Amino acid sequence: MSGSKSYKPYVSPNDPCDPIKEKSYQTPPHLYMGLQKKDLEQYSPEEALKKGTLWPALFDSYKGFPRKTDGKESNR
Amino acid sequence: MWTYEKKLQYPVKVSECNPKLAKYLIEQYGGADGELAAALRYLNQRYTIPDKVVGLLTDIGTEEFAHLEMIAAMVYKLTKDATPDQIKEAGLEGHYTNHGVSLFYHNTAGKPFEVQHIQSKGDPIADLYEDIAAEEKARATYQWIIDLSDDPDLNDSLAFLREREIVHSQRFREAVELLKDERDRQKIF
Repeated sequence: MSGSKSYKPYVSPNDPCDPIKEKSYQTPPHLYMGLQKKDLEQYSPEEALKKGTLWPALFDSYKGFPRKTDGKESNR
Repeated sequence: MWTYEKKLQYPVKVSECNPKLAKYLIEQYGGADGELAAALRYLNQRYTIPDKVVGLLTDIGTEEFAHLEMIAAMVYKLTKDATPDQIKEAGLEGHYTNHGVSLFYHNTAGKPFEVQHIQSKGDPIADLYEDIAAEEKARATYQWIIDLSDDPDLNDSLAFLREREIVHSQRFREAVELLKDERDRQKIF
C-alpha cells in the first residue's frame, strides 16, 4: 500500500519539454498506520539510529528522481 | 530548560565541494517549512495544547533544533572554504555580499525568515493539523533536495532527516487521535 503511486497525465503534442509520461508521488507508511499498534517489530538500537526510526513499519526509503544513465532510467 | 549534547543527532558528511547544495539546503534552515520554523512552531504551541500532548510538542520541537544544527553543519561545510568564484558559480553572490560565508536564516530564494511562516491558532485540532502539514511539507522539501543533489553522503543524512519527518507526522496524527478519543467522556444513557 505505501511507497509511491503514479499516474499518467495528458501529454500534448505541443509540449515544449520531453514529456514525463508517468508522474509519481510518495505515500509513506504512516499515512496508513492510524494509532500505532503495541508490540510492533523493532530494529536493533544501532540500526534504529541509522534508519531514523525504531520501527520497520515506519521506515520509508526515497530513491530520488529517476536519472538517465546510458539511456537507462536509474534509481541511484 | 535544555541540556546540550555536543554532537550531531546524525553524522553529517559531505563528499564534494559543491556550494550550490548549500543554496538548496538553506531552504530547510530559514525557509517556511524549515527546521527553525518547525522548532519555533511546536515550542510555542505547546503552552495551549491539552496536557496529554504537551510533552510530544516539547520533544519534537527540541529535536527540530537538532535537525537545524545538522543543516547548519552541512551548509557550513559546503561554503566555509569556497572561493568568491565558486560562490558566484553557485549563485550565492547575493548571500556573500550581505553575509560573507556566515549562515543566515533565509530561504533558497534569499527571502529572510519571517515569523508568519508559523501559526498558533489556540485550537488544538487546528494547530495539530498545521503541524502534520508542516511535517509533510518538510518531507517533500527533503525529497526535492535529494533529487537535486548527487552527493551520496549528504543524501544519506537527508534520508535520515526525511524519515524523522515521517515519524513526527505519525506522532502528530496519533495526538489528534488521542484528543478525539471519547474514553474519558462521561456517558449518560
